[in-house]
Amino acid sequence: MTQTQHTNRPRGGSSEPLLSVRDLRVTFQRQGEEEFHAVDGVSFDVRPGQTVGLVGESGCGKSVTSLAIMGLLPGRGNRVSGSAIFDGEDLLTLSPAAMRDRRGSEIAMIFQDPLSSLNPVISIGRQVTEVMERHQGLSRKQATPKAVELLERVGIPDPKARLLNYPHQLSGGMRQRALIAMALACNPRLLIADEPTTALDVTIQAQILALLKELVVDTGTALVMITHDLGVVAGLCDEVNVLYGGKVVERGGRHGLFRDPRHPYTVGLLNSIPRLDAARGEKLSPVPGSVADNLPWTSACAFAPRCSQVVDACTRETPQWEGDQVVGHRCFNPMGGTR
Amino acid sequence: MIRFVVRRLLQMCVVVIVLSMLVFLWLRSLPGGPVSAILGERQTPERVAALEKALGLDQPLPVQYLKFVERAVHGNFGVSTKVLPGEDAFQVFLDRLPATIELSVLAMLLAIALGIPLGYLAARRRGSITDTGAVIFSLVGVAVPVFFTAFLLKYFFAVEWNLLPVSGRQSTGLDATRVTGMFVLDGILTREWDASWDALKHLILPSLALATIPFAVIFRITRASVLDVLDEDYVRTAEAKGLTTRVIRARHVLRNAMLPVVTTIGLQIGGLLAGAVLTETVFSYRGVGDALATAFREKDYPVLQVLILAAAVIYVLVNLLVDIAYAVIDPRIRTR
Amino acid sequence: MNDTTNHTTDDSTDHSTDDRTEDARGARPTFGQRRKDRIDQLATAGTVDDEPGVSLIRSAWKRLRRNPIFLIGAAITLAFIVLAIISPWIAPWDVTARPLLDKVRPQSNPVPGPEPGHFLGADDRGRDLFSRLLVGSRQTLIVGVVATLFGLLGGLTLGTIAGAVGGWVDSLVMRIVDVMLSIPSLLLAFTVASLARNPSQWTLVIAIAIIQVPIFARLLRGSMLAQRASDHVLAARSLGVRPTAIVFRHMLPNALGPVIVQATLSLAVAIIDAAALSFLGLGNPDQSQPEWGQMLGRAQPFITEAPHLAFYPAGCIIVVALGFTLMGESLREALDPKTRR
Repeated sequence: MTQTQHTNRPRGGSSEPLLSVRDLRVTFQRQGEEEFHAVDGVSFDVRPGQTVGLVGESGCGKSVTSLAIMGLLPGRGNRVSGSAIFDGEDLLTLSPAAMRDRRGSEIAMIFQDPLSSLNPVISIGRQVTEVMERHQGLSRKQATPKAVELLERVGIPDPKARLLNYPHQLSGGMRQRALIAMALACNPRLLIADEPTTALDVTIQAQILALLKELVVDTGTALVMITHDLGVVAGLCDEVNVLYGGKVVERGGRHGLFRDPRHPYTVGLLNSIPRLDAARGEKLSPVPGSVADNLPWTSACAFAPRCSQVVDACTRETPQWEGDQVVGHRCFNPMGGTR
Repeated sequence: MIRFVVRRLLQMCVVVIVLSMLVFLWLRSLPGGPVSAILGERQTPERVAALEKALGLDQPLPVQYLKFVERAVHGNFGVSTKVLPGEDAFQVFLDRLPATIELSVLAMLLAIALGIPLGYLAARRRGSITDTGAVIFSLVGVAVPVFFTAFLLKYFFAVEWNLLPVSGRQSTGLDATRVTGMFVLDGILTREWDASWDALKHLILPSLALATIPFAVIFRITRASVLDVLDEDYVRTAEAKGLTTRVIRARHVLRNAMLPVVTTIGLQIGGLLAGAVLTETVFSYRGVGDALATAFREKDYPVLQVLILAAAVIYVLVNLLVDIAYAVIDPRIRTR
Repeated sequence: MNDTTNHTTDDSTDHSTDDRTEDARGARPTFGQRRKDRIDQLATAGTVDDEPGVSLIRSAWKRLRRNPIFLIGAAITLAFIVLAIISPWIAPWDVTARPLLDKVRPQSNPVPGPEPGHFLGADDRGRDLFSRLLVGSRQTLIVGVVATLFGLLGGLTLGTIAGAVGGWVDSLVMRIVDVMLSIPSLLLAFTVASLARNPSQWTLVIAIAIIQVPIFARLLRGSMLAQRASDHVLAARSLGVRPTAIVFRHMLPNALGPVIVQATLSLAVAIIDAAALSFLGLGNPDQSQPEWGQMLGRAQPFITEAPHLAFYPAGCIIVVALGFTLMGESLREALDPKTRR
């Protein structure tokens, strides 16, 4: 155990966390329905300059986590508890106005679908400059040359002309670059990217990821990368949190996690990626079942019905977190750990 | 943008041409044919024969149509038989037009000025009493026949409580100067304030009646549209940028939410023309609608053909303007 | 996102909250029970592949049953239809009889008031008002239903041809439809009605049917077009199913939902428009067949002395039109959660 922890430790784990999420819970309550715990006690840290991945399949709570931190959950029928300390302040208890001041300047976010995330009737330039007008007190005129710089920096050719374009006139990759430019406009210290490449072609995906990596390195911005794609994690993240059913089920450094996954779910995710070096005829082994089979965390391991390593305890008790804020897992019968 | 407008203008021409054909065919299929339509009660066999020859009704249909178009272009539609016997039909239309413009513009302004803010408010406070009440009101508003709304307003405000004039466009005793034929505007232009005020008082009830349905529809579309837009990803993006609520509402929500509303307003203007026929009848308001009602009832075909053709052309024109407005708001149309 | 917190979504005003979660993207907190139900329903829908509409209608019905707006609308509609059928037998007086004729005084008392046996009084010709109101429901229903039916048939023919054939036929038909739509519908109805030499109830029916044709044609054509590109039609085509069979067995049944919705809403419009035509004197002049619009039109001259003569038929028209509208609107929401306009 101690040995594993050692090898799994990510780099850059020494400085104070920039964002520290503790026991975050988001509960949805809709009329006439049972409560639904979308996020069920998630804790993780993000250090300055670090890239942290939140990984899991749809419905695991990764996007809700990010929206809760941003204070962007739709108002109706949800309850948020826990804390998200950013630079000494709990984002969850900040007033809406104070949170509004942080959003876009200190913390920025990039969304999944660049087309629907951009306003169709406002020019790209305006959508970039409005962030600076809001947070840096610039006039539209003053912000325009900065917007050109930004668009150039995110790799949009002929940025001056693009300012006057509308979202429908850009390609998918260009739109995502424009969204990134908007997020970076005020040099945020934390950037949250929610599946930024999912809606894009594979070749464009790689470009966007390379761009994000470059920007993170250049600006020293901390990045929370939300994805279902372990390939993205492998290329980008320093630390990885695997989420299942609203809880972190495994955490570790990128290398450690890929070399020595402990939680059967992580193993399942890794095995469901097609590999070119696999033997001919060897079948892909996807994780069986779906999120719909989940057991409630209160009295079991939610993953138990789909788990290949299931033991008696899995359906009787809640598995506790084994480890710390850097490395750990939540499993009665973890895999590996011997190498 | 210019190409867009030109394209829409061309499309409009096609529509107007087809419409003129329809009106022509309608005239041909009138009971008794176009001759008796034009002559009305003054017809004698000699006159019919003479006019048939003069109008070239012995010639094939396409030729007749071309002649019809030629006359229409010159504003020559014959002489009114019932609405204003002896008066040129086209002149009847011109005389009545300002009154209806005044009425429809006021009604539409009322509908827009009430419908859009209320719809927006209802969407923002979805589920509240304001919202529920406004939704119910708009549903009922659509179910009430326009002329009955007019009837009710007239009965209570004019007959029972005597607050506003029962009918007409201006009190008879006033010696007002005419400039445009729109009495409220005339009063303002000539600084005869009392004339303006009097005309406005006559306008209130008819325009309220006429505004109910456009109001109800605009309200509902605005509400639905704002609800849709509030749920859009780009509104969340705007929130994520930390923009102020005011900017988000004005720049991001309202503008997008207005797109379907603009279309609706265009469609409602067509309904307004039909509503004017009913409302003007109830209030004996001497406008195009009242003339149409009389012409329909009394079968004054020369007047009818002018008014129907004009109504259609106005409607098509208004929708062209609406399309242009739409293109101004939505770059996806403008820069395709 | 600010003051919307803790809203109790009133079921009676907006049912889309739940529905909208179903087709939201993964980034939203929209998963959970609801979505699973939805998938399950879709799954069961897959088992009856030939009629994918069935499960949709069933699930819509499930929502409608609990919807007060729909229930009110349906109750009004049902009551109206039953009344229209049985009214000639329950009406206390014959509609042409003039029992209060001797009470009518053109100068002092043009419209006799209520008295025992005639609790709404009589009209200006001394006929029992209540009986005429009751029986009036019949003509109103016939005009509304028959006109909508004709409009639907016309629209069905045009829309099916346009949507199924495509190409220049489609362009031609739709151009005509667009021009028809470009004329304000009530004006078109007035114009058509003015063609009649001797107006009757059929004048109303035809005039109103004609203004419905382009609406149904557009609707059906749109839904056909959407389906021509859909997977199940593609599958049928690739299996070599004959085009006519595809149109009638695969495409039309799926267009049914929107058509039902539109027909319900059209009924309301038809009844209101019929009243407008009657009001202008373009309707049925035969007073032995009372109809609400006609009664309302005839009440005009007596507005100051006897406003109730107008209020009763107008009230009936409003209630019935509201009933159809409420039913149609809630049907629309239930069948198509995305469209809320």
